[in-house]
Amino acid sequence: MKEEIIIAGFGGQGVLSMGKILAYSGIMQDQEVTWMPSYGPEMRGGTANVTVILSDKKISSPILSKYDTAIILNQQSMDKFEDLVKPGGLLIYDPNGITKHPQRKDINVCSISAADESALMGNTKAFNMIVLGAFLKKKPIVTLENVVKGLKKSIPPRHHHLIPMNEQAIRVGMEKLKDINVL
Amino acid sequence: MDINDIIKPENKVYSKSPLLTDNIMHYCPGCTHGVVHKILAEVIGEMGIQDKTIGISPVGCAVLAYNYIDIDWEQAAHGRAPALATAAKRLNPDKYVFTYQGDGDLASIGTAEIIHACNRGENIVVIFINNAIYGMTGGQMAPTTLLGQVTATTPYGRKAELNGFPLKITELVAQLEGTCFVTRQSAQNPAAVRKAKKAVRKAFENSMMNKGTSFVEFVGTCNSGWKMTPVKANQWMEENMFPFYPLGDIKDR
Amino acid sequence: MAEKILMKGNEAIAYGAIRYGCDGYFGYPITPQSEVMETLMAEKPWETTGMVVLQAESETSSINMLYGGACTGKKVMTSSSSPGISLMCEGMSYLAGAELPCLIVNVMRGGPGLGTIQPSQSDYFQCVKGGGHGDYKMIVLAPASAQDMYDFVDKAFELAFKYRTPAMILSDGVIGQMMEKVELRPIKPRRTAEEIDAQCEWACTGRKSGRKKHMITSLALEAPVQEAANIRLQEKYKEIEEKEALFATYRTEDAEYLLVAFGSMSRLSESVVDLARENGIKMGLLRPITLFPYPKQALESLIPQLKSIASVELNSGQMVEDIRLIVNGRVPVYHFGRMGGMIPSPEEIYEAFVKTINR
Repeated sequence: MKEEIIIAGFGGQGVLSMGKILAYSGIMQDQEVTWMPSYGPEMRGGTANVTVILSDKKISSPILSKYDTAIILNQQSMDKFEDLVKPGGLLIYDPNGITKHPQRKDINVCSISAADESALMGNTKAFNMIVLGAFLKKKPIVTLENVVKGLKKSIPPRHHHLIPMNEQAIRVGMEKLKDINVL
Repeated sequence: MDINDIIKPENKVYSKSPLLTDNIMHYCPGCTHGVVHKILAEVIGEMGIQDKTIGISPVGCAVLAYNYIDIDWEQAAHGRAPALATAAKRLNPDKYVFTYQGDGDLASIGTAEIIHACNRGENIVVIFINNAIYGMTGGQMAPTTLLGQVTATTPYGRKAELNGFPLKITELVAQLEGTCFVTRQSAQNPAAVRKAKKAVRKAFENSMMNKGTSFVEFVGTCNSGWKMTPVKANQWMEENMFPFYPLGDIKDR
Repeated sequence: MAEKILMKGNEAIAYGAIRYGCDGYFGYPITPQSEVMETLMAEKPWETTGMVVLQAESETSSINMLYGGACTGKKVMTSSSSPGISLMCEGMSYLAGAELPCLIVNVMRGGPGLGTIQPSQSDYFQCVKGGGHGDYKMIVLAPASAQDMYDFVDKAFELAFKYRTPAMILSDGVIGQMMEKVELRPIKPRRTAEEIDAQCEWACTGRKSGRKKHMITSLALEAPVQEAANIRLQEKYKEIEEKEALFATYRTEDAEYLLVAFGSMSRLSESVVDLARENGIKMGLLRPITLFPYPKQALESLIPQLKSIASVELNSGQMVEDIRLIVNGRVPVYHFGRMGGMIPSPEEIYEAFVKTINR
């Protein structure tokens, strides 16, 4: 198993922490992982992205030009990463704020209205976990059990009481994911 | 009475500190460095702390201070002695750590290091020799050179509009919360030496009391750089340096 | 089994410092390595191991704090990125001249000048050839993973003390910012005062009665004395070259084409090798782990089987000069690189390689 993922959106959407939780979940099931962020001024209010690789084998390059999965959370990222999904790969996006929807027919496209769902949950901070849930529904590369273990590792103990809420958000994401037929 | 009567032990009235080595000093006759070295050696010896003292020598005439006082020495890059002392003291809080710096080293190239070491209140001793000129490189302007003073790089005298003003760095570090004892001394006669020795001893004692940085300036002479006889240099210092750099404690807490 | 923790390369440096008995860290913030000091400050090692951590007023002060601490036999380190390393070069020269062990971490970013905060390997010349003035070298280790960042803290200190010389971990923004799992290997406690005295009989720890004073300086006013010091340094570097070169190879057994790459670029180059092999090209990779000493023998032994060599670097072609000196015209040597913080993809490197064999 080897899964190469780009997660991209605005700074503040929890892009980097979603990637970190995913990577930690991989470690919990004894996989090799890399988490490579774009870093620098664009993180502050601008776009943020992170490349996460989970693999059963040692990972060579942490820098990629094509991805198995792109998780896209704003229009700028859509413009940049839609073309970089491998044929047959997966693109998951939140339609909120997207003006130009994905066009490719050679990949699987799904949507998750994570912004709306997190508002319905009354907790906008659940946003990134809803997105993660949607991804795991399509590609169950890590188990929910290992995600919870990963959460415990990657968030400070004083926030551990929030883990059940995060778990709930992941389930919401799994449930609300929609397949999109690109016409 | 022949010579053997005179050198009998019971006739001995003075001996040099055992911490001063027998190396012949390279300092010019009349230079203040030699006297300050003697004061340091005596204070360290009298306090019995030679086995836990680390000296930091500068770049400048005193770069070779390590040849003259029989303690462990680190020799710093130009101006950086307070940075060395910071680490040496923080990593070895049971040691007495002092820097020995001239005016170019401390008040020009090393301004950032001395200000920040003093501001952090490092528990070190700073010995600052201010003779208002660069001795080692051949008598160029120092940050502390007086207005009108002739040096190799101010051949028509220091002018404020060209060279700025003489820097009273000692008054400046006295402003900092981190310093506990800031004093200006001299060493041109026995009375001044006795007074200065007391100040140096207090500075060393402070450094084990967690009170902050102790800073002792010596207004000194550079008769070679000033192109004067030692006696004339002392006179010039008293007439020109002391009015601008007044002696005495600036801060003591 | 030791715990495996997901962390950035920069954080791994900090944990390596705490767990491998470092006595003092002195540094100044600069992107992309600020997590080193941030992690140390958050972990408060002064409450556990007694390690001193201090934010200095500048890189110039940081490196001179290393000098001050190293003179007392302590394990001291700093970290910075390219512009800060330039400021430290004066101090590095003094440390080398005074023969003081210490660790300097450079998480390289693009230059010249203020440049970019994005990853680069453009300080190869500066760091591998010495950096400051005078005839000296530092031991330079090039990590390619977060685990390396952790492990090399210990390795660098070991070599620095063994040879009484500064050592550098030459990393870059990719390795510093990337998170990977790091196995926290067993703790090595800080040395006691007695252990330091035994290991560093030259150290300034206060002149005990009966011993001569210790004077640590890089000054030798008389030319013959300075030349003797230079000869001693060069002999030391020769011994280091003979004994301490480290490297790794990847699929070189039957390789006809060789990539040479260090640090982050060695990771990308492994992917290039796989890509070439998928296309029927017998390619392999030599990864120098130490850049000084350079693994000359390892490269030398591969030359007879090779048709060409390509150096893959995040710069305009620096390490390639060292490769050419070793190869000395026997096979063509190419350079592939990007500059300014741009990182090539493995495909881009592969395509550049294909152009060279179709020439």
